[in-house]
Amino acid sequence: MSHRARDWQSHPPAIDAGYKSTALRGPTRPLIPLPQGTATSSGPVYGQDDVRAIDTDLTMNGRTNGEPLGERIIVTGRVLDDAGRPLAGELVEVWQANAAGRYFHDGDQHDAPIDPNFFGGGRSVTDADGVYRFTTIRPAAYPWGNHANAWRPGHIHFSLFGPTIASRLVTQMYFPGDPLLDLDPIFQAVPARARDRLVSRFDIGVTQEAFALGYVFDIVLAGGAETPFEGDR
Amino acid sequence: MAEKQTPSQTVGPFFAYGLTARQYGYRHPQVADGQISDATADGTAITVVGQVLDGQGVAVGDAMLEIWQADAAGQYPNPSGGGNTGFRGFARVGTGADASQTFRFDTIKPGAVDGRQAPHLNVIVFMRGLLNHCHTRIWFSDEAAANAADPVLASIPEARRGTVIAQRQDTPQGPVYRFDIHMQGDQETVFFDI
Repeated sequence: MSHRARDWQSHPPAIDAGYKSTALRGPTRPLIPLPQGTATSSGPVYGQDDVRAIDTDLTMNGRTNGEPLGERIIVTGRVLDDAGRPLAGELVEVWQANAAGRYFHDGDQHDAPIDPNFFGGGRSVTDADGVYRFTTIRPAAYPWGNHANAWRPGHIHFSLFGPTIASRLVTQMYFPGDPLLDLDPIFQAVPARARDRLVSRFDIGVTQEAFALGYVFDIVLAGGAETPFEGDR
Repeated sequence: MAEKQTPSQTVGPFFAYGLTARQYGYRHPQVADGQISDATADGTAITVVGQVLDGQGVAVGDAMLEIWQADAAGQYPNPSGGGNTGFRGFARVGTGADASQTFRFDTIKPGAVDGRQAPHLNVIVFMRGLLNHCHTRIWFSDEAAANAADPVLASIPEARRGTVIAQRQDTPQGPVYRFDIHMQGDQETVFFDI
């Protein structure tokens, strides 16, 4: 008997025919379970002092000479473990393209403008109820080379730790109603039953009058519930 | 389970300014770099270097690695602080800041954990083209006796154990352990179901 944290019914495969980069990068051999009692029951300790208040507001932390362009939005949600417990004090790291679909990254060659007032990186720490909150600019779609006329739907990258290394998660948040979701191999690689968990929900309650639309994206990390299995994989 | 897990997605090619900003020269904070401990920490200073290689043996230039390890006494850092001064236990580096796509961690050699696990580093691998991050461990070639008694190593088919043992090289700067991560192929690194 052993335990795994990740519920593989919720996650994409290592190699996906539609997402071409997986062909040479995804492991081909079965993952090996850790023997009982050998899992590392702790997780990274980092300096929360490093998290600046301004980094929850991506419309502020990249300014050089004015306001960033694009549609202001608020993105908020709860971080839970899979037993349903809110996770307080958790670091949430995000990064994203700007309103033109361009990343502030030397490797992004897409012919769309850099916004001198938008960096696209942010960090937040969840409160006592497990809630994080960012103010940002809605990221646009951008083309990529996976196949002919391939476009990534607008998305925000999220990185979270949770209480142990088994709860680590890197994912992407999408927007409701985006027609590119049906055509995106990275989103479609997720089992159909789990895809809607990556799509944020528009929320008029989070929306701030005359300021910004609000989206809710709750995140559930592995490792809170025991998931015993008998070498079935 | 009370709640269904949020699916994993790839870290993509453009994580550097968000997650490893200082290493890549962006003006943004990051929570960790390749320095797991400084000179004030107890223990033997070591360096770990390597490359991440794809199924054709090509070094991957947009991977990110995280290390989480115990200190020289086999203790993991405690979130509430205290313990081994100068030892963070956590590192994060990308492979794209070096011309040869080589990663490097400076740390101290961990001690045995729980009295029965040989000294090891926990490693998490992320990259474009990897939809789920991969977990592996690094053991050390100069710990043959401890490795022989390690229950996790024992659970790995013998022919594959070599893929998770870093090879020691002695240099004027101290011991350097080489650990290449092969995503596929005959030497495919052992990844754990965590």
